[in-house]
This record gives sequence, C-alpha cells and structure tokens, in this order.
Amino acid sequence: METQPNLPTEPPVNSQKTAHPKSPSLWLDALQRLVKSKTSFIGLCLILLLILTAIFAPLIATHEPTSQDIINRYQAPSSEHWLGTDELGRDIFSRIVYGTRISIQIGVIAVGISAIVGIFLGCVAGYFGRWLDLIIMRFIDILMAFPSILLAIALVTVMGPSLRNAMIAVGLVGIPQFARIVRSTVLSVKETEYIEAARSIGAKNGKILFSHVLPNCMAPIIVQATLSIGTAILDAAGLSFLGLGAEPSIPEWGAMLSDGRAALQTSPWVVTFPGLAILLVVLGFNLLGDGLRDALDPKMKQ
Amino acid sequence: MSSLLEVKKLKKHFPVKSGGIIPRQTGAVKAVDGVSFDVKKGETLGLVGESGCGKSTAGRAILKLHEPTDGEIIFKGKDITNVQGEQLRKLRQEMQLIFQDPYASLNPRKTVEQIITEPMKIFNVPKRERQKKLSRLMDVVGLSSYQKDRYPHQFSGGQRQRIGIARSLALDPDLVICDEPVSALDVSIQAQVVNLMEDLQQEFDLTYIFIAHDLSVVHHISDRVAVMYLGQIVEIGEVGELYRNPKHPYTQALLSAIPEANPHKQKERILIKGDLPSPSNPPQGCKFHTRCPLAEDICKQVNPELKQVSEHGQQAACHLVKEVVAGH
Repeated sequence: METQPNLPTEPPVNSQKTAHPKSPSLWLDALQRLVKSKTSFIGLCLILLLILTAIFAPLIATHEPTSQDIINRYQAPSSEHWLGTDELGRDIFSRIVYGTRISIQIGVIAVGISAIVGIFLGCVAGYFGRWLDLIIMRFIDILMAFPSILLAIALVTVMGPSLRNAMIAVGLVGIPQFARIVRSTVLSVKETEYIEAARSIGAKNGKILFSHVLPNCMAPIIVQATLSIGTAILDAAGLSFLGLGAEPSIPEWGAMLSDGRAALQTSPWVVTFPGLAILLVVLGFNLLGDGLRDALDPKMKQ
Repeated sequence: MSSLLEVKKLKKHFPVKSGGIIPRQTGAVKAVDGVSFDVKKGETLGLVGESGCGKSTAGRAILKLHEPTDGEIIFKGKDITNVQGEQLRKLRQEMQLIFQDPYASLNPRKTVEQIITEPMKIFNVPKRERQKKLSRLMDVVGLSSYQKDRYPHQFSGGQRQRIGIARSLALDPDLVICDEPVSALDVSIQAQVVNLMEDLQQEFDLTYIFIAHDLSVVHHISDRVAVMYLGQIVEIGEVGELYRNPKHPYTQALLSAIPEANPHKQKERILIKGDLPSPSNPPQGCKFHTRCPLAEDICKQVNPELKQVSEHGQQAACHLVKEVVAGH
C-alpha cells in the first residue's frame, strides 16, 4: 500500500522517448501490493509451506503413514515419533504430512466444482437477466436456505460415503456463493462503457461475456476462491469426522480427529496436532484471501 | 451532397416500472421525443443542449445501442430502424461511437494493441493487415508504436481518448458519433483532440455527429448545429448563421452564456430561470414555455413544429418566430 504510484506523465505527443520495457500489468501491480502486506505475506508463507509439504511428503515423513504398530499405540511425542502415535500405532507426524496432499486435493477439487458451476450460473444470470436470472437465482436461494453442512451430509448420504463424494458434496454446497458474487459483479461490469464499446464494434454476446466481462470480474472470484478453499477443507474435515468422508486408512485430518477423540483425555496429541494443521491451513487461506481482496481492490490504488 | 443519415421522428422512451413481484409500467422517461434531422456525407453535425436533454440517447439510438421506441432511421438509403442480429452486426462496421469518458470506455485488462485490433478481429481481418492497420492508426492518432503493449491505466486522459478514437476508426466507418469526446479532458488537451478529429475527418472521409454541451467547441468543428431541449430539436441550421442570428429563445439564451474574451464588450445575458423539467413528465405545449422569458398563451397549449425561419434553411420550433418561405 505504500507503493509509489507509477502514473504516466503526459509526454509530448509523438515524442520518441526512450523505449520503455514492457510495462507491468494490473495483476503484477496487485501481486506487489500483496507481498507488501504483512498478514497476507504470512498467509502466503503458510500456503507455500503446505504446498511444499505436499510435494515432498515422502522425503519429510519419518514413517509410512499407514503402517501400523499396535504395540506402540498412543505413544507420546518423542524423538522416534515426533508428534506421537495414534490408536493403531501409526506415526501422527507422517500422517499429517501426507494429509496435506488430501487437503490440497479437497480444496482444489471442491472449490473447482463450486467455481466452475457458480461462475457459469452467475454469468448467465447477470448478463442475460430477465427470466433466466429469475430462475437461476431462485434455485440458488433454495440451495442457500439449507445449512451448508446439513446439505453436504444429505448429499453424501445419497451418493454414499467416500472421499470423492465428500469433495463433490462440499463443492456443490459452495456454488451459491460464487454464483451470487459473479452475478453482482457481472451486473456492474456489463453497464460500463467499455462493454458498450464492445457492442458498438459488433462483438457477439459470448465474446463480450468471456473476453470483456469475465476478466474484469476475476478479482472478487479469486478472493472468493481463496477464502473458499479454507472453508472447503474445514467442511470436508467435518464430513470425515462424521465418518462420511475419507475411508479410515486415508490420512485425512478430519478423520484423524474423529479416530482420536475417544482418547482425548489420555492421549491429547492424537487430536491436537491434526486440529492444529487444519487451523494453520485454513488461517493461511483466510489471510491470503483478505490480503488479495485488498490488493485487487482498485480503490486501494491511488 | 446526398444525405448519409436521415432521422425521422425518432423517439426513445425508457419505461418506468414499479410494483413488487410483477412490475407494471407506470410511466416513461421521454429521453428523445420526436427528433428529425439529416446528416450529409462529409459534414459535421453538432448536437448541443444541456445535460439530460437526450442528446447522448439520440446518438445511441441511431447506433441501435438503444432500441428506438418509434421513428425511422435511414442510413445510406436503407431503413435500419428494425435491423437485428447478424445484419445489425454488419452495420456496426459502418457506424462507430467515440465515448465521453476515456477512463471508462477502455477495458482495463486489455493492451492498446488488443483494444485497437479487436474490431478487426471480430470482422475477420487477416493478421498481417491488422498489424499494418494498427501501426497506421497509432501513428495518425499520435501514439508511438512502442506503447502498444501498455495498458490503459498507464496513459493520460488525452492519450486514452486517442486510443478510443483509433479503435473507432479501425473498421473504416462512414459515420462516427462523437459523444462529448472532449468534455472529460483538460482544456489544453481538448484543442489537440478536436484538431486531431478534424484532421482524421479529412483523411478518412468521415461524417461526424458531434454531441457536446460546450458551444465553442461545437462552433469550431461543426458545419451545422442542432440545438436540443428536453428530447426535441428546437433549432437547427448552418453554424455561422445560427450563432450569429439565433431565432429560438433557448438558443439565444444558450449563446448568450458563452464567455466573451473582451472584458469591455457589453453583452446582454439572457438568463433562463428554473431547472430542466423532468423528461418523464414534460410540460404541455412548447416544452420550453416554463422557462421561456417570452412565453405567451399559445406556447402553453400547442407544441410548435420545426419551421423554416431564414432563407438559408435555418429551422426553429417556436410560435413567436415568423416563418420564412425559402426563396423569398
């Protein structure tokens, strides 16, 4: 936010000034502002840490995440098992490390489903308006009338409990938020003069929508997607905790919480560390989302 | 010279809706209410009037960016009032619009190159030709070719307006409607842009409809001027004649408001009182009678038609001006 504005001064017309290198786009500008903000920088670091952990999981993990060692169950954290072991003697640290892969998978796939469907519905409703808008938005209202976790539970119950179905359910539940945000942004963008200009040069509706309207709606979509990843991970963990998500052997953080809750009083590390992992990741996405919201806001650019 | 564009009794009414779930139309904003004029090939018609008189709406209705409510638009001898779909898209090549606000009219996510070549892409101009046209256009509007990879936010208002002008010329249109193209610019830049537009008119053989509220700019660029008030044309004529000898009381009042460079010259200001009436509920009779210093009884009842008021073809819509039959 302390960036010095790089306003062009009006050069004399036709003057051949020294050629400038290709200039930064609005996105690059926003990225610079993002990194300058402390909170969003922390968020960015947390997420980078998550991604790196997922990529290098086999190198970081000290044990196989699924190998059981019943004799050493409920071990307290030690130099052998850094974060202790669970009720089957599996190494919690290694399970958390491998769990990052599951979490990223859930976040990306679930939010991908919400975003693709939500953006499509929002664009159509906002751009074409009238009866299409009416029908789509009433459908969205109905979706929103259900408490989201309840709707996800219902969907998983119908489709059968599995990690894949949990991701789909969490994705479907997230559609309304995207649809609403996209619709409202499209409504304001489509009234701008550059859209009128596009119509006056004979652009077709599809072209206007995808090449003019949508790119100018990206900022709120990116913010929403970032914030949603956090919620999606949380929701999927909730489903797994209820036994509606990941199968028991998969090192999913929500399922780990669920499995460990019986031993909460005697071996608190079994639930504490997966819980902390969820907390940090969701916190990271929320901080980054808030930072993005500020960085992409054109009003912050003075 | 033949007419390039003829507008007959053009009307654009915006419905006013109220009510809850099923809105009903409860009224209409009569933004343009029976406007007729013609534009000859190669000339510049100035369209002036105060804010909210419907001049921009008229321009957009001619381009069919707004669907006209009633009336006829004849372009190159063809009635285009009800043209739709693919035919309308083809028509877009021949009529273009230059916008008022150079900040809002350029897509902030596109480079100058993308903005200027987009119209040509839409109409499938081959790539090599596009590039040639791009450098030519950037050159004639006074931009340097190294600026083509930049984004609009890196330019000043005047430069942005040049980009907008280049875009509108990309398809070699015949008619360009300029919707207050300089009113958002600094005075020092206004002159540059107006001169540029005059040069371009010569070079590309353009016909302009120049919408503005700045009377001096209109005087400078126009061949003929039409004065609008509350959705109607109250006076139209050759620019010199109209500025020297305005007939309609509204035109007289407008022209008396132009600042005079000589401080010692005594000038009679004709002040009009009150505000522009609402176009959703325009006054009966002559629309100007509520503010006219000369209004008589007939003005309150009968809406005057445009009639010939001088031997040079000047027309005014006022009961108090005598009709002159051409040739006498």
